[in-house]
Amino acid sequence: MVFKEVKALLQKELTLEWRSKFALGGILLYVLSTVFVAYLSFVKVIDVKTWNALLWVIILFVSTNAVSKAFVQEDQSKRLYLYTLASPQGIILAKIIYHALLVWVVSLLALGVYVMLIGNPVQNMPLFLAAVSLGSIGLSSVLTLVSGIAAQTDNNVTLMSILSFPVLLPLLITLIKLSGGAIDGLAWSVLSKYVIVLGLLNVVVVTLAYILFPYLWRD
Amino acid sequence: MGKLQDNWWKILGVLLVLYAIVGGLLMDAPRLAILNETIRNLYYHVTMWFAMMILMTASLVYSIRLLMTSSLVFDQKARISAGIGILMGLLGIATGSIWAKFTWGAFWVNDPKLNGAAITLLIYLAYVILRNSLDEEQKRARLAAVYNIFAYVLLMVFLMILPRMTDSLHPGNGGNPAFSSYDLDNTMRLIFYPAIIGWTLIGVWMGQLRMRMENLEKKLYDEE
Repeated sequence: MVFKEVKALLQKELTLEWRSKFALGGILLYVLSTVFVAYLSFVKVIDVKTWNALLWVIILFVSTNAVSKAFVQEDQSKRLYLYTLASPQGIILAKIIYHALLVWVVSLLALGVYVMLIGNPVQNMPLFLAAVSLGSIGLSSVLTLVSGIAAQTDNNVTLMSILSFPVLLPLLITLIKLSGGAIDGLAWSVLSKYVIVLGLLNVVVVTLAYILFPYLWRD
Repeated sequence: MGKLQDNWWKILGVLLVLYAIVGGLLMDAPRLAILNETIRNLYYHVTMWFAMMILMTASLVYSIRLLMTSSLVFDQKARISAGIGILMGLLGIATGSIWAKFTWGAFWVNDPKLNGAAITLLIYLAYVILRNSLDEEQKRARLAAVYNIFAYVLLMVFLMILPRMTDSLHPGNGGNPAFSSYDLDNTMRLIFYPAIIGWTLIGVWMGQLRMRMENLEKKLYDEE
């Protein structure tokens, strides 16, 4: 039942996104410009730690920007309409899945451009990509829920950042540790604990969003 | 003036805090290298953090009850608890900073516990900003409660898990001795635990006063 609903809602999100391609283009251009700013400011990053931190800061900003409009298009009347059609649980799951895909694509693009312009010190690329993929689930879940809160205020853009950044820190720090290990090519036995922590964090975040979202949705 | 059986906890709170101040400064404390007499700050700095976490937990419980009942009293209580928690947190940071200057040589060092403290304050300040950007009472109560619960859980994750992944300058981490291993810690405990209860009771009293004041203000405003 829920799965069918989620599938339909996911289709709706994808169709809507495809119809407003300029918005998607805006996000992609945002990625390019941000990485280019980093490139021109640093030209070449020798220090591996800086390389890693800078990339994650870029991903953080880009995904915040990408997800911030998650609920903005849902105005009062449209929300009421959706409310009669679907359960809030279905809606939040569909939104999370959709935004996880979006954040994933955007992060991979950022990584690609970043590697092209600034250089590639990563020794264990598959693990690094796994970190990016796990990160996009957590990032999108937190950002989607916060976006649901922020969209109902007049102060959307600022609130989106100040509400989500401190909450995202546990996730971000674990991600930086894991990807730092992937860059240095550390053994799996050293890094497996970070993967486990990341997995657990994702479970916690998705569960919280699933439980709390219905309270945001009903009006 | 209320009856004694209603107000005994206020007297207890004042007495415990007085005891912590007098006893903390006068009673015997372990003599340890580097820490020296600054060890007495344990009674104030650490206990402030405990009181803050207790108040933040109270705020969380009120937020959960708000979502379950939609009664705005719980929103007011959650907001006031969080506000006093922020005050305790600021005092904890101030006392901790002074202590850090004397033992570690700087007002701020990169340490998971300090960063945890800073993030706690960032989260609750964001909570205050969120509240102030909403006008409609029911909506504000609901959104703030959702954020409060969400942020509290992730904050706990941050405070519990991450310090274990990195070294800390704090006792019990990265080769530093924990306080429980000090030989004279039993005399310290005699002050430490009462001080936590004392600060918490004072915090609750402040919250109650704040709430009564707000309710009176509202009453006056409604009568005008």
